[in-house]
Amino acid sequence: MVSHSLIVSAPMAPLAGALAAGLLGARLGRAFAHWCAILSVGWAFVASVLIAREVVGEGVVFNFDWYVWARAGGVSLSAGFLVDNLTAMMMLVVTFVSLMVHIYTVGYMAEDPGYCRFFSYIALFTFAMLMLVMANNFLQLFFGWEAVGLVSYLLIGFWFKKASATYANLKAFLVNRVGDLGFLLGVGLVLAAFGSLDYAEVFAAAPGVGALASLPAGWDAATVICLLLFVGAMGKSAQFPLHVWLPDSMEGPTPISALIHAATMVTAGIFMVARMSPLFELSETALSVVLMVGALTAFFMGLLGLVQNDIKRVVAYSTLSQLGYMTAALGASAYSAAIFHLFTHAFFKALLFLAAGSVIIAMHHEQNMAKMGGLRKKMPVTYWTALAGSLALAGLPPFAGFYSKDVIIEAVGASLAPGANVAYWALTAGAFVTALYTTRLLMLAFHGEGRMDDHTREHIKESPLTVTVPLVLLAIPSVLIGAVTVAPMLAGGFFDGAIVVGEGRDTVAMALEKMGGASWSGMAAHAIYSPVFYLALAGVAAGVWLYSGYPLRTEMFARGPIYRALLAKYGFDDFNDWFFAGGARRLAAVLWRRVDAAVIDNFFVNGAARLVAMSSRAARKVQTGAIYHYAFSMLCAVALVLAWRLWLR
Amino acid sequence: MGGAGFQVGYAGAEMFVFLAACAVLLGDLFLPAERRGAVLHWGAIGACVLTAGIAWTGFGGGGFDGEPAIALNGFFVSSPFTALMKTAVMLSVGGSLLFSRRYLEGAGMLCGEYYALALTSSLGMLVMVSAAHLLPLYIGLELMSLSLYALIALDRDNLRASESAIKYFVLGALASGLFLYGASIIYGATGELGIAEIAARIISGGGEARAALGLGLVFMLAGVAFKIGAAPFHMWLPDVYQGAPAPVTLFIAAAPKIAAMVMMLRVLVEALGVLESDWRPMLIILAVASLAVGNITAIVQTNIKRMLAYSAIAHSGFIVLGVLAGDDAGVAAAVFYVIAYALMTVGGFGAVALLAGEGKERAELSDIKGLAANNGVAAAVLMVLMFSMAGIPPVVGFAAKLSVLQAVLAAGLPWLAVVAVLLSVVGAFYYLRVVKLMYFDLPEKGAVALPVLPRGAQASLAAVGALVLLLGIFPGKLLAACETAARLL
Repeated sequence: MVSHSLIVSAPMAPLAGALAAGLLGARLGRAFAHWCAILSVGWAFVASVLIAREVVGEGVVFNFDWYVWARAGGVSLSAGFLVDNLTAMMMLVVTFVSLMVHIYTVGYMAEDPGYCRFFSYIALFTFAMLMLVMANNFLQLFFGWEAVGLVSYLLIGFWFKKASATYANLKAFLVNRVGDLGFLLGVGLVLAAFGSLDYAEVFAAAPGVGALASLPAGWDAATVICLLLFVGAMGKSAQFPLHVWLPDSMEGPTPISALIHAATMVTAGIFMVARMSPLFELSETALSVVLMVGALTAFFMGLLGLVQNDIKRVVAYSTLSQLGYMTAALGASAYSAAIFHLFTHAFFKALLFLAAGSVIIAMHHEQNMAKMGGLRKKMPVTYWTALAGSLALAGLPPFAGFYSKDVIIEAVGASLAPGANVAYWALTAGAFVTALYTTRLLMLAFHGEGRMDDHTREHIKESPLTVTVPLVLLAIPSVLIGAVTVAPMLAGGFFDGAIVVGEGRDTVAMALEKMGGASWSGMAAHAIYSPVFYLALAGVAAGVWLYSGYPLRTEMFARGPIYRALLAKYGFDDFNDWFFAGGARRLAAVLWRRVDAAVIDNFFVNGAARLVAMSSRAARKVQTGAIYHYAFSMLCAVALVLAWRLWLR
Repeated sequence: MGGAGFQVGYAGAEMFVFLAACAVLLGDLFLPAERRGAVLHWGAIGACVLTAGIAWTGFGGGGFDGEPAIALNGFFVSSPFTALMKTAVMLSVGGSLLFSRRYLEGAGMLCGEYYALALTSSLGMLVMVSAAHLLPLYIGLELMSLSLYALIALDRDNLRASESAIKYFVLGALASGLFLYGASIIYGATGELGIAEIAARIISGGGEARAALGLGLVFMLAGVAFKIGAAPFHMWLPDVYQGAPAPVTLFIAAAPKIAAMVMMLRVLVEALGVLESDWRPMLIILAVASLAVGNITAIVQTNIKRMLAYSAIAHSGFIVLGVLAGDDAGVAAAVFYVIAYALMTVGGFGAVALLAGEGKERAELSDIKGLAANNGVAAAVLMVLMFSMAGIPPVVGFAAKLSVLQAVLAAGLPWLAVVAVLLSVVGAFYYLRVVKLMYFDLPEKGAVALPVLPRGAQASLAAVGALVLLLGIFPGKLLAACETAARLL
């Protein structure tokens, strides 16, 4: 029997671990810090398993307020937990990947002076993420949302002495602020429309919401709310055009890239939209926007992965592209497929990042793939696990990614939403691109001749056990989890009650029907009849042909305009730097001189300060220190009040 | 309410404190010199904690969960409200004593008289809290005040301390006179001194003698406003806070405020509740004046004690805001605020008393520049306290300000809430400046660094800081207790 306190303990244990590691780690040593963090996250994982057993196994749903923090204007602001199948699954993913990353970190960060700080941060992140997924109201969702953003900021800039790292964390923070502003406005509108922040109350009242007094006439409240909430999701889940922060976030240590920027935090947006499905189902417009944004992100960000040489950035762009797939699925009302892809993706993407990290350690922190090659022989465990992760990512049956990605593509194909056509083709073409950049990474890093200098070559060796064990433990689900869970998660009504799909929009069921039912073998066999499978194979073949042998066969493209456009990342960074950063600076310069310095500073701020200073000097003068003055002022006050009472009324 | 028999058991806390004060005096005579300080110190703190326990559980009757009752022939009231306030008073006194020892030892003031006076002063406060009649209310007030005057002047060679003792004494006597004068007018108008009886007589008497009642109200209010330190009756406060030795300042600033707030509630809300339309405008003036004078004047202060004194005036303004709402929610907010205030004050002046260290007071703002570097714990706790006093979430000061503002809004005075918030913004400046000085500034050239606090002192400061934080995140229990207390005064 799962008690409420067990549920509360799941997020609170990592918080305690984070505090202990952060505050006492410096005094009690590194081993203390990592045991604190690992044990507390381990506890969270055990608790998640126990909770999931009861929630998934027996169909219990927990929904309770833990405590009320404050009441304001009839709205109660509380900390509460909602644990249903969706939450239970997210908890398992978050705590499992987090636990693996914790163990991996022991090896990866062994020589870093910020060791204790790092453990404190990642345990804190686990706390924040659990609060986010377990929330039963919008306020706590927002708390978790901001908290993961904060920890992400801290961790991207973990090596804060590196200029590029502080640039990247500032960029991530600012871009996320744009998203968070939309999200906050969305939450505000929810409060205005429903007078409550509690999920259950809001979702129950959602179908009745029409126009809203605080919106201009003719605006549909549900559409506006959903679009604003989705802006938040675009920031956190790095969707076009708010994707620019994610590749730069690779400045953080690799375990963080695996945990936060691949498996968990960036999926918060996906989770949030799925959680809000009762709202999103009310607005076809919002769903179409979600679908198009997702499909565009999936295709165009995948292309960028083809030209990157930094091994982590390749994986980062592939993350962007995969998040695009999930978002597109959300837009096609295939929420369960999106969450299913989130689930499988968490394992194989964490695996790929950690494998990349393992390579980076062996290469003495060299991340440029042009200087790698031939690592297959020297790092067998890393190679084979990376291969498993790559096959899963490329979506070849029967690896995990195949099931989730194919369902998404078919579901989008089945969708009748405006724009679903274009989205379908973008996603299908994306399958080729995905296979191509995945193969490219494997070929450049592990195959062919080694291109590193001799000193590095001599020192290449397989990583220690704390690194390889998590790799193996993640490789197993990367291979199997899709086949094992596809039937129960997609066909068994697993998300009933947590996810709402409108009448005639059940695209997942339509896709499964087309694919011959949700059996793992049937779906794998059906792959032969679908173009997606051949595109993926073609991608692998093209990758092997293009990237075996050095100099590369791609040199012929190197001067072409497409290549340069990709290398410049379509010019988004340049545009942002010129328009937003530069424009903001130019605008700020004008505002500063004309408005700020002249009016606000001079008149309001300094004026108010001068007024305050003047009155405080005056008040000080009254305070003479002489006892008769004090007595006099007391009596004066009494006399004035008496006079006021007796004569003035 | 229960019967009005003698039922001395209800006054268990008062009797215990009285015995403890006697025991301290005797112990001072007979204990061996080398152990005297430690025994008196811990004995007095233990007595405070025990008294708080007795007041809360109601040993021999009453207590927080007990039925409200009138005892001692109608002079004494026992209710959840008195239990909560007495517990708060005694814990504040205990906390104040806890942070005093280091300074007292350094200044050679660690003697039985100090603890005996502290305990008799708290006896006065307990009597005030439980007074059901104007006479015990006045007697409690004088017992508290006389002990405080003596405490300030305890270090006879300290000129500034003697000066502030005289100031406090003379002005306090004046305030007591005003209060007594008002009480006598009320007596003349109603023929009663019991608080419930006055209220009943005003209602039954209708509009007769309304002018006399109003007159009495003004004088009594002047006396109460002096004790709580509300402007324009605040002028003693900065001089006394700055002049008194740091532990005494700590003592005066915390617990007596609680007793003064109870006095305000008893006189205004309970006895003269019918005259709400009369006293509400006066309280609005008091509140706005206190908020303005406190927050604005604090900005130009260079001495921490003096700055905190002005901040205390501003806090009084907030307490008055809660009282002037007048209903249960307002009273609950005022009670919550005064408890939060006492806790923050114990921490804030406690840190000052600890850092002021061994006799030589170092309480200029420039002294704490760069404090974070060598006194990390003290700086962190002070930072939390400053955030709390400024009213920044999630610390307890925010919850307290929020509940007061809600009560003010519910009372239909939105403009007053706006004024209070604006003046609090002004206040945030000097609170945050303390944080800036501690964390971002370097010590001045040639300045001697403040002494590093011993482990025990750090731990007790950290406990206060943690409590401020915890009560801010989980204010539910305490809020509920305050609401219960407000319903059953």
